Amino acid sequence: MNKNKKKFPSPHGKATGKVPGRPHEKPKDFKGTVKKILRLIAPFKLRFIAVVIFAAGGSLFNVIGPRILANATNEVAAGVRRMIDSTGTINLVKVGQILTILVAVYAVSAAFSYLQSFIMAGVTTRLSFNLRNDIMKKINRIPLSFFHKQSQGDVLSRITNDVDTLEQALTQSITQAATSVTSLIGILAMMLLTSPLLTLIIVLTVPVSLIVVRNIVKLSQPHFRKQQKFLGAVNGHIEEMYGAHLVVKAFNGEERSLEEFDELNDELAENARKAEFLSGLMMPLMGFVGNLGYVMVCVVGAILASKGQLDIGGIQAMLQYVRNFNQPINQLANISAQLQRMAAAAERVFEFLEEPEEDDSKATRKLSDVEIHGDITFDHVKFGYEDTDKIVISDFSAKVKSGQKIAIVGPTGAGKTTMVKLLMRFHELTDGAIYVDGYNLTDFDRHDLRSEFGMVLQDTWLYCGSIMDNIRYGKLDATDEEVIKAAKLAQVDHFVRTLPDGYQMELNEEVTNISQGQKQLLTIARAILADPKILILDEATSSVDTRTEILIQRAMDNLMKGRTSFIIAHRLSTIRNADLILCMNNGDIVEQGSHDELMALDGFYANLYNSQFEKVSE
Amino acid sequence: MTKVLSYLKYAAGYAILSLVFLIVQAFTELLLPSMMATLVDDGIIALNGQNEQMTFILTEGAKMLAMALVCVAAAIGVSYFSTKTSSIISRRMRHDVFERVLKFSNNEMDEFSTASLITRTTNDIQQVQGILSGGIRMVFFAPTMAVGSIVLALSKSKGMSWILLVAVAILLSIIAVGLIAAMPKIKALQKLIDKLNLVSRENLSGLMVIRAFGNEKHEEERFEKSNKDLRMTNRFVQRTIAIVMPAMTIIMNFSTIAIVWFGAGAIKDGTLEIGDMMAYIQYAMHVIMSFLFIAMIFVSIPRAMVSVNRLAEVLKAEPSINNSAKPQTLTDVKGIIKFENVSFKYSNADDCVLSNISFTALPGQTTAFIGSTGSGKSTLINLIPRFYDITEGSITYDGIDIRELSMHSLRENIGYVPQKGLLFSGTVKSNMLISNPEADDELIKSALETAQAKFVYDMPEGLDSDISQGGTNVSGGQRQRLSIARALVKQAPVYIFDDSFSALDLKTDAALRKALKAYTSDATVLIVAQRVSTIMNAEQIIVLDEGRIVGKGTHKELLKTCEEYREIAESQLAKEELE
Ligand SMILES: Nc1ncnc2c1ncn2[C@@H]1O[C@H](COP(=O)(O)OP(=O)(O)O)[C@@H](O)[C@H]1O
Ligand SMILES: Nc1ncnc2c1ncn2[C@@H]1O[C@H](COP(=O)(O)OP(=O)(O)O)[C@@H](O)[C@H]1O
Ligand SMILES: [Mg+2]
Ligand SMILES: [Mg+2]
Repeated sequence: MNKNKKKFPSPHGKATGKVPGRPHEKPKDFKGTVKKILRLIAPFKLRFIAVVIFAAGGSLFNVIGPRILANATNEVAAGVRRMIDSTGTINLVKVGQILTILVAVYAVSAAFSYLQSFIMAGVTTRLSFNLRNDIMKKINRIPLSFFHKQSQGDVLSRITNDVDTLEQALTQSITQAATSVTSLIGILAMMLLTSPLLTLIIVLTVPVSLIVVRNIVKLSQPHFRKQQKFLGAVNGHIEEMYGAHLVVKAFNGEERSLEEFDELNDELAENARKAEFLSGLMMPLMGFVGNLGYVMVCVVGAILASKGQLDIGGIQAMLQYVRNFNQPINQLANISAQLQRMAAAAERVFEFLEEPEEDDSKATRKLSDVEIHGDITFDHVKFGYEDTDKIVISDFSAKVKSGQKIAIVGPTGAGKTTMVKLLMRFHELTDGAIYVDGYNLTDFDRHDLRSEFGMVLQDTWLYCGSIMDNIRYGKLDATDEEVIKAAKLAQVDHFVRTLPDGYQMELNEEVTNISQGQKQLLTIARAILADPKILILDEATSSVDTRTEILIQRAMDNLMKGRTSFIIAHRLSTIRNADLILCMNNGDIVEQGSHDELMALDGFYANLYNSQFEKVSE
Repeated sequence: MTKVLSYLKYAAGYAILSLVFLIVQAFTELLLPSMMATLVDDGIIALNGQNEQMTFILTEGAKMLAMALVCVAAAIGVSYFSTKTSSIISRRMRHDVFERVLKFSNNEMDEFSTASLITRTTNDIQQVQGILSGGIRMVFFAPTMAVGSIVLALSKSKGMSWILLVAVAILLSIIAVGLIAAMPKIKALQKLIDKLNLVSRENLSGLMVIRAFGNEKHEEERFEKSNKDLRMTNRFVQRTIAIVMPAMTIIMNFSTIAIVWFGAGAIKDGTLEIGDMMAYIQYAMHVIMSFLFIAMIFVSIPRAMVSVNRLAEVLKAEPSINNSAKPQTLTDVKGIIKFENVSFKYSNADDCVLSNISFTALPGQTTAFIGSTGSGKSTLINLIPRFYDITEGSITYDGIDIRELSMHSLRENIGYVPQKGLLFSGTVKSNMLISNPEADDELIKSALETAQAKFVYDMPEGLDSDISQGGTNVSGGQRQRLSIARALVKQAPVYIFDDSFSALDLKTDAALRKALKAYTSDATVLIVAQRVSTIMNAEQIIVLDEGRIVGKGTHKELLKTCEEYREIAESQLAKEELE
């Protein structure tokens, strides 16, 4: 199968390289998932018990009702007979007494069932709130490599759709389970009291119902799971296309993207339809089984009544019970469908929550115990990205003294950004070690460690909010004055002041309403505000014009006096005055020294440096 | 709502079929209690002890059984056709919304916000689909049942109809009050989901920065806040709606009690038979039940209505950039791009970002743009593929105003490399095919070689190597080169490079320029760049400052005539290198 066929392929199945654009089924672990759900709701045990009690209580009273009503009807029927025999009439006082009790019973029942829903709404919304928070926390703890194989849209779908489904299914299944089980038992008892023979007839229909339920569940479950998966896939496609819509348009890719979308959409619609239809069969079929019981009660009841073995009130009560008896069985059937839906969604949530996290348990040193000066030693660092076999950094060794300005140069793909990511411990070394002031980086807690570094990445990231807030992101408790000071140093103050709303200007969601260079300036201001011990600039000014860049550099040199800084850049003007230049090629350091030393060497660096003057026309 | 109803036409046949089956189902379901009443009144009471009693009971029983069979068959039919209808409609809707959003220009994307558009295309349609599949049943079934059972109930006894009336009135007012209380919150729900999506998306795209600044807590709090709003609103809505169920059981039960009480009186007066009273109870249940269904529709409709409106907004929004009435197509393309007195203002800004821009870019030549950050270079270049429409003046392609050209034809003849090299998830090859689905491996190879992206062939899977969303699993420079190659595969007469060499090292930059020159020898090339060395050899360099052209000419000319250009050059090159 040619996996390039899709022009706008969906991200799914990519990681494993299987059928692209098509989510693939995993063996399911229904029992395990249910266990996890139980563990999830354990903290709300008491409230769940209350829910069950209220639900059971509510339905119990509801069950007693028809029995009491039957007494009233019987009283009426007795009266009718007395009227026919002319021995008396209907005793309305007695009927009234019975009905008053009934009013009380039903009122309590209603109160119970509302209380039950009330508590349940609190618990389930709380539960999905917790789950969403957990997913969000998880996002910040999973190693970055995970996100290279997962589309954002799919993760989003887990946060919204899957949690939603879980919440709904949970609400319904627990309440229904409690109500239907109590009703079932209660009704059974009541029916036995009324007419054991009719009860037996009705009970005989139960196995039929069970067979129906089992088979429907079996048929519909795979479709529910596929529905959730394709929902994730469709989400993924939508998210990616909306996010990159400019590029899609630039290449007239709308049609092809739509085709791709349609394929996923069709699968989604078809699976949703099948799941719904099959589970929708449950109601009519169970209804039929119920009607079967209903007819039999009518016929047999009529026969019994004609023989005087059953009174009219009894038939009426039995008829009501048959209907009511069906409902819990229906509901129990429904619950199993709900459980399937819930399991399908929960599986996706748990799968995400169970991804391994960045492990900091081995951290032995507190950063507060040592003072960081900024000596950094790279000791035979070797690294390859997690999902590939390729070694990106093969043997990187260098010593950096505190206070130095280090430039890293080299062709694209040499591994410069990778070194930054390793220094920030976004990925784990395959071999070798990095030391700060003689301490291995792995001795520290990642969060602690990163607080010492300030980083400006090649890919700018700003969020939907004011410019002020975006700069403040570097130091959340900074005052407005500090923010503006940082902006001035980053040469972005002037631009901001020309805006109608100045620092309060809102950046839009994709941050397309300022220029790329201005975005870079804002991220630099953010890093300046953070005032780190060690600063890393990874092609931070690549889209900024060179005159502005020089101004920033002066400000930076001033700021970083006595502190270690790493600068990755291609422009020679940026590199020239560094204390140490590390030339990288194919993941190795090929040369190191100052600009003058390296030029004198007339090797890799000199070659790189001179290449800019090669005439194209030659 | 009309919007959704208009979608019914795509599934009209199925909708009608499900309606037919529904009526059958409602009818049979209603007849059962009526037959039961006959059985009780005639079979037990009237024929008490007579010989034909047994036969009567059995034949009536058989009739009821047949009715039950018809009923289940009809119900299955309903289920089949209604799910079919709802799946056709929601599929279609999702398709239409997605298609419409693809047509949107930047303006509309901004206006709606991407996160909101995502929620609308997924969650909102999900809501509508939910109400559709359940709704079709309820919308038709409930009123049919209601009318049918009212008619039948009245036929049994007119004297007690006021009980039904009161019951239904109370039921409806409870629901109305509940709705009025919950409505504003229901509206808020979808907006809160938008917000949740926004925060989550930002988190996912800013993973590294968030961790680098140790702001995980801050992000979690931000998310938790939106999440909490959602939780509170949801809880309120659920608790309000939860009133309906117990309210309706209690009303149902109380009416039963009332019927027995007043029925007893009527029987005493000899105006009612006891079997009729029993049937009446059953019909009363049906009436109330069907009003409950109607009520449920009204409860779920607001939520769906909110979603429907949000979808209608998207479907109604006209892209601000459109084809003209009679769009022309480019034939025999040369690639002459001409700006005449072009001014441009962003719709949300007060001042023009570009004013009075005039120049001509010719085939076989390179036109370069340089200028300080925010001077309007990207803006200028984005006007050519009509990502924005100009405010004043005109841009022509081969002498035709680009607004007169079909967008498809215009973009078909431009190879565009955005400033931010976004790749799509898939493989290297699938990314190349985006710009030109017909490209063969040979062409892709030559484009990759020109773009200095031969590294692809060093990867174990070569062209089939995986690319993750946005291209985050290759280095920044590699991403840029792939996005250059993607444009080159198109073999367009006009190429636009928006600062597309910024992440390239000098050596690669030089090699790329050399190869590009050969590859694009006949094409019109427009380059935005920061490095003087990148554009030194361009036939025409345009220097921009604050949206105006402050210099136009070759490198040598500009060094002499243009102050700005001189300053830029001096900041980059050593004295001797300036010659
Ligand atoms: N997330 C990733 N997964 C796999 N390979 C990667 C990833 N990121 C970068 N690479 C590869 O690692 C190499 C070095 O990349 P990088 O350090 O970003 O280069 P640069 O020196 O341009 O910053 C490149 O070959 C690139 O394709
Ligand atoms: N979508 C937008 N809405 C409003 N203003 C914008 C938008 N995009 C860019 N700008 C503003 O227009 C000016 C020119 O931006 P741009 O053309 O991207 O500059 P550059 O020359 O750096 O490429 C900048 O000041 C920027 O803030
Ligand atoms: Mg890099
Ligand atoms: Mg730009």
